[in-house]
Parts: sequence; C-alpha cells; structure tokens
Amino acid sequence: MNIVETVDVKKTYQQGKVEVTALGGVSLSIQKGSFVALAGPSGSGKTTMLNMIGGLDTPDSGSIAVNGNTLETMSQTELASLRLHNIGFIFQAYNLVPVLSALENVEFVMLLQGISSAERRDRAMSILDDVGLEGTYNRRPAELSGGQQQRVAVARAIVSNPSIVLADEPTANLDSKTGKGLLEMMRKMNEEKKVTFIFSTHDRMVMDYARRLILIRDGLVADDEIREA
Amino acid sequence: MFFQLGWRNIWRNPRRTAVIMMAIVIGVWSMIFLGALMRGMTDQMVRNGISTLTGHIQLHHKGYRNDPVIENSMTDPRAVESVIKKELPSGVRWSSRVRVNAVVSNARHTAGITFVGIKPSQEAEISFIGTAVTEGRYLKDDDTYGIVVGKALVEKFGTKLGRKMLVMSQGTDKEIASRAFRIIGIFRAEMEATEKQFVFVTMQAAQRMLKMKDGISEISLVLPDPKNVDTIAESLRAVLPAVDYEVQTWRELLPFVTTYLNVYDGFVFIWFIVVFIAMGFGIVNTTLMAVFERIREFGLLKALGMKPWWIVKEVLTESFFLLVIGMIIGNTLSFLSVFALSGVGIDLSALAAGSEYFGISRVIYPAIHPKDVIMANLVVFILGLIVSVYPAVKAARFTPIEALAQT
Repeated sequence: MNIVETVDVKKTYQQGKVEVTALGGVSLSIQKGSFVALAGPSGSGKTTMLNMIGGLDTPDSGSIAVNGNTLETMSQTELASLRLHNIGFIFQAYNLVPVLSALENVEFVMLLQGISSAERRDRAMSILDDVGLEGTYNRRPAELSGGQQQRVAVARAIVSNPSIVLADEPTANLDSKTGKGLLEMMRKMNEEKKVTFIFSTHDRMVMDYARRLILIRDGLVADDEIREA
Repeated sequence: MFFQLGWRNIWRNPRRTAVIMMAIVIGVWSMIFLGALMRGMTDQMVRNGISTLTGHIQLHHKGYRNDPVIENSMTDPRAVESVIKKELPSGVRWSSRVRVNAVVSNARHTAGITFVGIKPSQEAEISFIGTAVTEGRYLKDDDTYGIVVGKALVEKFGTKLGRKMLVMSQGTDKEIASRAFRIIGIFRAEMEATEKQFVFVTMQAAQRMLKMKDGISEISLVLPDPKNVDTIAESLRAVLPAVDYEVQTWRELLPFVTTYLNVYDGFVFIWFIVVFIAMGFGIVNTTLMAVFERIREFGLLKALGMKPWWIVKEVLTESFFLLVIGMIIGNTLSFLSVFALSGVGIDLSALAAGSEYFGISRVIYPAIHPKDVIMANLVVFILGLIVSVYPAVKAARFTPIEALAQT
C-alpha cells in the first residue's frame, strides 16, 4: 500500500504583485518503509511538497492522501490530529521547545497524545538511548550541540511510532561528520522499525543515503530514481 | 505540563516578567490601599456622625427635625422613656437631651452655637463627650452653673477655664432666656467644627434656664449591633403615635453621609476599573511581545499536532502565573501598608477645613473591608485573563507555514 499518494498537486504563491508557481502538478506514490529524498535547488518546490504531505499547507488543486486520509477534505483540527498521531517532523532548525529538557521535548508529543506519565518517560528515555543521547535527559536545548539537538528531534519524531517522518533539510546546519551520523541513525530506524522517511534536501550526502531520489525542478518532478538498498 | 511550560516561559525574559509583575503589584496595591483609605474615611465619617450626638436612632417630637425650636419639645418624656425601656432589647444605651440653638458670648465675642443639656452619666455612655474633656473636668449630674465648651471655641473667644460665658436662647415662655455659666471643662473633638458648635450643661440647668420643666428635645439611642437599626426603629414607630413623635435612624439624620455611602461602592468599582485599564494595556503589550517572539515555536507546536485551543490555554497559563504572583505580592504590600498606618494614620491637617466640611477627621486611618479586597482581586484576575485572550488567540491563529517561515 502507498503511504503517500499525491495526484496532480498544484500550488501558487503571491509574492508582492508576482504570482509564483511552487508546484505545477506533482503526482507521487510513496510506499510504506521508504527512505525517500525530494531533491532540488532552492525554490524548486521540494519543501512545499513536504509541507503538503504533512498537512501544513493545502494545495490549490489536486489531491493528497496520507495513510489513506484525504487531506483536502480535513479540517484544521483533523489535520492537527493527523500530524499528532501519524506524522513526525524534523525541521532544519528551531526543532525543540527551549524551556523543556531533552527528555521533556521527546515526551511532549506523547503528552499531547494522552499517554500516561510513566509510559512517556520510559519510552522517551529508551529512544534517547537509541539515538546515542543517554545521560543527556535533563539538558535543555541550549546545552546541547547542533547534532545532539537534531538527534533529540529525531527521537521526538519517532517515539510516538508515526507512519511517516518528514525531514526538511535536517543536515543543513550540521557539519558533515555529524550529518552523516544522523543519517546513519535515521537509516537504521528506517530499516529496524520500518518507519517511512521523506526528506526535502539539496545536500548531496542525504541524496546519497536515499533509496529513492525524486528530483523536483521548477515545481515538477524532473526525475524519479529508485536505488538499490 | 501546561503549568510547567507556562511557568518556565514567563522566566525566559526575567526582566520583562519583572516589569509586568511590578505593574500588577502596583495596580493591586493601589486598588486595595487607596480603597482602604477611602473606606477608612467613610467609616470615620459614619463614626464621627454617630458619636457626635447623632447616635444610631433619635426620637423627637413631631416637627422637631424641620423646625428645632423649643415649642417642638417632648413635654412628657417619662411616657416615652417607659415605652423605650419596654421595647428595646438589652444592650441598647440611650440618653435624653435638651438641644436648642442659642448664642454664647463673653466680653470679646459672640457666636451662634447649639446649647445641649445632658444627663452626664447617661450621655457619657453614648457619645464622644464622656471621654473628650482634656482640660478641667466633665460635668457632674448636680452641676448647676458648669459648662463644658470646645477647645476651638475657647481659643476663638480668648477665654479659659474658670471664666464665665453667657448663653442666650428663647424659653418656653417665648421670652429671652439667658444664664451665665462658668467654664469647668474644655473638650477636644475629631473636628474643629464640633468644638465650635456645641456647648454642654446639665439637663436640669438647661431646663431651668429655658423654663422647660421636665421637657426634653430628643432621646438618642446607641445600639450594640448597628445592623439592627432599621428593625428597632420600626418597632419604636409601631408603639409611638406618629402624630406626636418621629423616629429617625442615623441614615435619615445624616443624609450627606448616607448619600456618600450609597455612591461609594460604585465609585470604588469604577476606580478599580480605571486602575485595571492602565494595568491591562501593560499585560496585553507584554503578552503580545512574548507571543511574537515565539512565533516559530508556536509554528513548531502546531506542526507537532498541538490544537489551537491548547496553544490558547498555554498562553493563558502564562498570564495566570503573572497575575497570581502579582496579586499575592500586591495584596501583601497592601496589608503591610495598612498595618503600618493603622497606628498613626495620615494627617490631613493641612486640608482640615475642607475635609471637615465633609465630616472627615483630621487624621485618616485606613480600613480594609474584605469585600473590597475580594473585588480588587477578582477585577485583576478575571479581567487580566480576559485581556490575555487576544494575544493567546493571536498565537493560536498562526498557521505552521507562516510561523515557521519567520526568522
């Protein structure tokens, strides 16, 4: 089954007096357990596509279905619920709530889901251990390095067992060694837990790790390459 | 975790939090403390009015209030007194008086005054005069020629203890009645006007001078529990014939004070609202600043799946903490200020002439009434949360895309 299905998705933005076409009609099918990179230069529409899949933005036309849910028919509250229970997000920066510790940041999504305090704590600590952050539970984001913060973001994104993790330029603010470590970890999560990862990136290293590379240019799919595992 | 998040968020910018908290503290302090001063003034106005011969209830001959002349005296007080003794509950104290307008003079000056004939031992239990004599002595029941006058009157007349004063009025025979009295005591009162207005002699001396026989002008009653004033007044009206007697409560006898009290509660509420409006702008401004600084964070929270209502709740939780802490400190400062002034009061001597016009004493003692404290805190808390709704809704309305696009 396809976990993400987009059909002829179009989106334009108004920038002053100019109308900019972000997506000119994108149709994609992404299977469960994929490790996909949406690649392209700045302004190609890859982040817009990612936001559409995550229900953060709505298309002008076309349809998007995530895990069987048709997004354009859903209200804002339903979309919020979909994101809460089905989608994990990793952003380029400003991923974490500054006043919460690493552990509390990871617990936060489970808190919103209504999971009990004891179970939240156990799962959060376990996932932080998995991403190599044992012993940093009580540190606040300002006390963590960029790489460590992104690892916490990854931990938060997957702790609630989402169907998909959407990562927008996750390695953009990291050095290559740290970025590589992060990608290794996410690849491992993908293989072990079968979580679908969809990246928006123009980082060559991320593209190399992806098992499927969708090239987006000028709002359209320019190439769709499936690589070996 | 909302409380945890809210508590930690307000301390992200300690300086800003301290500033807005100070605004709330000053607002609450000014509401309660100034309210206590105003309440102290009204309490003193009522106390002064009641103790300056008014009492809680007065009985007169019909028509006396409109025309306090000697013809409107009660000629048979014993009948009235026997009714009073039967009707009144225990604990009520009362005294009879002769009270007429008169003129007092000495070699230097002449002045219009109120000539009051009292039963000294009874009067001491119900009005200020029993404890007000500061020089010489208070009247004794058998004083025939002694007179007690106010300090301000003595100074005006340039006289002193032991000297004589002549009192003139109209007697029951409609002729001029006059008598010389010797100053045996000088009294001080809360207000200078009282010292200039009243002179006191024994009732027998007054009755003899005015040829009243056993007649009296009024009976004044002081109740142990002022809340029963209306009930007791009604019971007296029921047994005393309306054609001959009038029964009035202190509210009817002191119409200015009554009117002031009636508008006071509304005035205090308006004062609270005005203070809050000044404070409320600060709360809204600060909360808006805190919200706009964290747009990206709200975008992140929404992207994670936080519903708009939860974001509203989170921002309101921050306002809740600011308001509660500000209120606690403001209340504490208020109580400490009132406590500090409760012994010495605030001296309004410089304004004495103006304040006396309103029946306000020279020294004001603040008085905290629980309902004022409750109202001030409710105004701050409820309106504080209400004005915080705007920035809270603003935070909830950011779309994740708009919010995350902010730099």
